[in-house]
Amino acid sequence: MANKHSVLTVNNLQIAYDDHKIISDLSFTVQQRDILIFLGPNGAGKTTLLRALQNLLPYQGSVSWNAQKISYLPPQEFLQRQNLPPLNIGEFYSFKTKDLDSIKTMIVDVGLDESLLRHQFSELSTGQFQRMLIGWALLDSPEVLILDEPTSGIDIGGEETIYSLLHKFWQNQNLTILLVTHDLNIVWEYATQVICLNKQQVCMGKPDEVLTPEQLKLLYGTGIKFYKHQHK
Amino acid sequence: MKIISTEIVLALILSGTIGAIAGYLGSLMLSKRMALMGGALGHLTLPGVALALLYDFDVSLGATLFLAFGVLIIWLLEQKTQLHLEALTAVVFSASLATAFLFLPKEDIDIALLGDVSQISSTTVLVTVIISMVLFFTVKKIYSSMVLASISSDLAQTSGVNLKLNNALYLICIAVTVALGVRIVGGLMTAALLAIPACTAKNISSNLSQYTIISTIAGSLACIMGVIAYAISGIPAGPLIIIASALLFLISVFKQQKD
Repeated sequence: MANKHSVLTVNNLQIAYDDHKIISDLSFTVQQRDILIFLGPNGAGKTTLLRALQNLLPYQGSVSWNAQKISYLPPQEFLQRQNLPPLNIGEFYSFKTKDLDSIKTMIVDVGLDESLLRHQFSELSTGQFQRMLIGWALLDSPEVLILDEPTSGIDIGGEETIYSLLHKFWQNQNLTILLVTHDLNIVWEYATQVICLNKQQVCMGKPDEVLTPEQLKLLYGTGIKFYKHQHK
Repeated sequence: MKIISTEIVLALILSGTIGAIAGYLGSLMLSKRMALMGGALGHLTLPGVALALLYDFDVSLGATLFLAFGVLIIWLLEQKTQLHLEALTAVVFSASLATAFLFLPKEDIDIALLGDVSQISSTTVLVTVIISMVLFFTVKKIYSSMVLASISSDLAQTSGVNLKLNNALYLICIAVTVALGVRIVGGLMTAALLAIPACTAKNISSNLSQYTIISTIAGSLACIMGVIAYAISGIPAGPLIIIASALLFLISVFKQQKD
């Protein structure tokens, strides 16, 4: 029986394209307010997994959500920003809510100027665009936020800002976060749980316990320099 | 004088309405894949238009029948082959254009290719206005979902959009609009009826609501201007409507440069 605090239970998940297996025999549980990070090399099936969890792909096994509102942000490069109708940010936000006050509050909460609501997608920098998307995803107060490499294409300073922004929302709201990233520092700093993926589950647990140099070598092959972020 | 006859008033109402719905729907089609779809579908209607002219029934009805038939063939070929939808559409629309010429009466070629707004009955106008209103409310219902889907289909689906249903409604709206448009601009120029007003609107609007309103008005206005020019000159309305639309587009280009 599912734990009453669990928001997601996955059992024996298998995903394949034609006969090519992408994910095999994956089982895990996500608890409320977890920050679960999926770690793994390119081609490990992280994006595929996130999409299958939301029924965007066919799969075998069971995926059971215990949450009503789930928001998903695909990788930024998968979003069309050009050749669109002249949609401005305010109108994009109003697809989710007609409440103008909450739209204005949200755009300020993600650290952007209210005047940007009148700008179009193509007029925002990559960093501004990602913050705007995070605001959009959080606009209807979801219980779960799923993000796929939210800082790809953003410089180091911008990356830190995005994660501290997400962390702020996580602290202030009853939010569970599922996240794909390549950045080990982010795992050390924010994750409550980590799942290492390379076609199958390589490791799972608290970052301190499972991310040993041996595990990382197993995950990424040779040549990974082990660096652990020091906490106070 | 011809310009104030009942015939012209009916033609103005009919064309203005079709222009408006084509402009509105066309504003959703301003993406790479969809821009030429209207043209391909326009060609697909031609055998139906030819049959309608031959056996004296409504051209939009003939167009609709052949659109449904053509779309079914494209769908079947897609299941049987590995070819893209666009490639198959090109094969089927060329074949259907060629077939149309096999039995299109010579004296009716102009009507099939360039459209005809003369001798329109008030029943036709009434039916067209009703169909256009249904189209308008359907497009309005799916509009934001389709914009969201053009940003990312994953984003749309996880936001609760039923993409299959919306895509089906969208295609049906395009097909019906093309079937209506064929009457006024013929089988060759329906793409322009859908595409030009959206381009005009995009040049001079800074947000989505301005864009849809301008595209709708530009579509309607071009048709009204075309029919008035037809009433004065006697030249077929189809080409005049498209020229009027292109003129509005040119004005938008200069307006954009000035801003």
